[in-house]
Amino acid sequence: MSAAAQGLVAPNPPRAAGRAPALTFALRAIGPVLLLAAWYAATASGALTKDVLAGPQDVVTTFGELWADGQLPEALRVSVTRAGLGLVLGASTGLLLGVVSGFTRLGEELVDSSMQALRAIPFLALTSLFVVWFGIEEASKILLIGVACTFPMYVNVSSGVRNVDRKVVEAARSFGLGRLAIAREVVLPGALPSVFAGLRLATTLSVIALIAAEEINVTAGLGYLMARATDYLRTDILALCVLLYAVIGLLADLALRLVERGTMPWRKAVSIR
Amino acid sequence: MSSPGSAGLAVRTRGLRKVFGERAVLDGVDLDVRRGEFLALLGASGTGKTTLLRILAGLDAATGGTVLVPPVRTVVFQEPRLIPSKRALANVIIGQGRSARAKGLEALAEVGLSRHADAWPATLSGGEAQRVALARALVREPELLLLDEPFAALDALTRLHMQDLIAELCARHRPAVVLVTHDVEEAILLADRIAVLREGRFVTDLRVGIDRPRDRTDPVFVELRRRLLADLGVDTHAGTPREEVAR
Repeated sequence: MSAAAQGLVAPNPPRAAGRAPALTFALRAIGPVLLLAAWYAATASGALTKDVLAGPQDVVTTFGELWADGQLPEALRVSVTRAGLGLVLGASTGLLLGVVSGFTRLGEELVDSSMQALRAIPFLALTSLFVVWFGIEEASKILLIGVACTFPMYVNVSSGVRNVDRKVVEAARSFGLGRLAIAREVVLPGALPSVFAGLRLATTLSVIALIAAEEINVTAGLGYLMARATDYLRTDILALCVLLYAVIGLLADLALRLVERGTMPWRKAVSIR
Repeated sequence: MSSPGSAGLAVRTRGLRKVFGERAVLDGVDLDVRRGEFLALLGASGTGKTTLLRILAGLDAATGGTVLVPPVRTVVFQEPRLIPSKRALANVIIGQGRSARAKGLEALAEVGLSRHADAWPATLSGGEAQRVALARALVREPELLLLDEPFAALDALTRLHMQDLIAELCARHRPAVVLVTHDVEEAILLADRIAVLREGRFVTDLRVGIDRPRDRTDPVFVELRRRLLADLGVDTHAGTPREEVAR
């Protein structure tokens, strides 16, 4: 019998994917924990002095103090409101223009070329111009953030809408759906992955634009806190603010990913890691 | 279960099991396929035909039992599964290097598509794309060719052409073939041997003793078809394994 089976081999199937969630979490945590440890080691050993960069333990203490005396909650409220309003403004503009440009021929001809041209302008270059136009109050800050957020949203949404399966759109049309109904029922859900990709990029950019906007004559917000800390060489407050900017971005991204998971139940079945 | 002929074996499984959750889709399957033999696997949907084929292909792992297959084996799936960003010829010789171009063109000629070597997969019809997939499987000169309902998505006329093409190509290249299908006529037309899977085991394993080319109106053909349909249906007249169909 075995002579008959000569030259045969056992197939080599791929091993089932999937690790214990705890192990995945541990692997993901390695990088951040190492960075934190290196920071701590550098400051605790004296290689980094406090006038260059405060250690993580000092940052934690400062966080406690600023939170307790109300400075930090107020600064966070002001800054997050600015970034949030700007994001909402920019993302909805980008979404609207993206759908119009991706879904209709006329829209593409009218909108796309100007958007591509405007996209080439670095939004940071607009800071001073916006102060001249909109003053030094909140309006210019929120508009600057809005402009920054519009373009990543526009680029992603218009390409996502363009990639929606034309056959499904045709089928929907044959069943009597109007243009608006098709956009709402077929095109937007189909483009949702791209919408979220755009939204996540826009969120990151809103925090970057926030920092630029808070360079403009601020009297409140994280930027104000940083400006004052610079005057007094408080590297602990500076490091804290830098970290907070990062945390704001991370939390917003996390929230979006959770929403993304919840709004596209039909994608769960095919998710391959 | 089968006596290996002088040509030796292309497939051997012993006690093969595959469990999904609580359900054993394959429950102790013993299967021998000789070199050059054309085996058709019949079964209602969900009986584990495709699972068995995927294990033979090395795409899925078995839960238990042993599997032996030749090192060179290729699959034609139900859908063409061509890479949209590569032209037909590049799809055929994918992973084989540019030196395989001549062989690739030859394989495309065999499936009647030499004029479409530079076509993008999206521009091919369903039948043409499936023929490219067949050329991709043949160009590797497999000792075992695995066909997973390769005609299921085609229209009836294209399917007839494809069946003829498969019969002709398999007769020329003589790989061992395992064809998964739910089409009884197709199985009788093409196969040397037909096995019926039900509840994780073979309930029928018989040799088709009709001379080729086979005629669908031949009484023996009709009788065999009736019997296999009964094996597949609710009416359980499980045939004796490896029965020779008398002419």
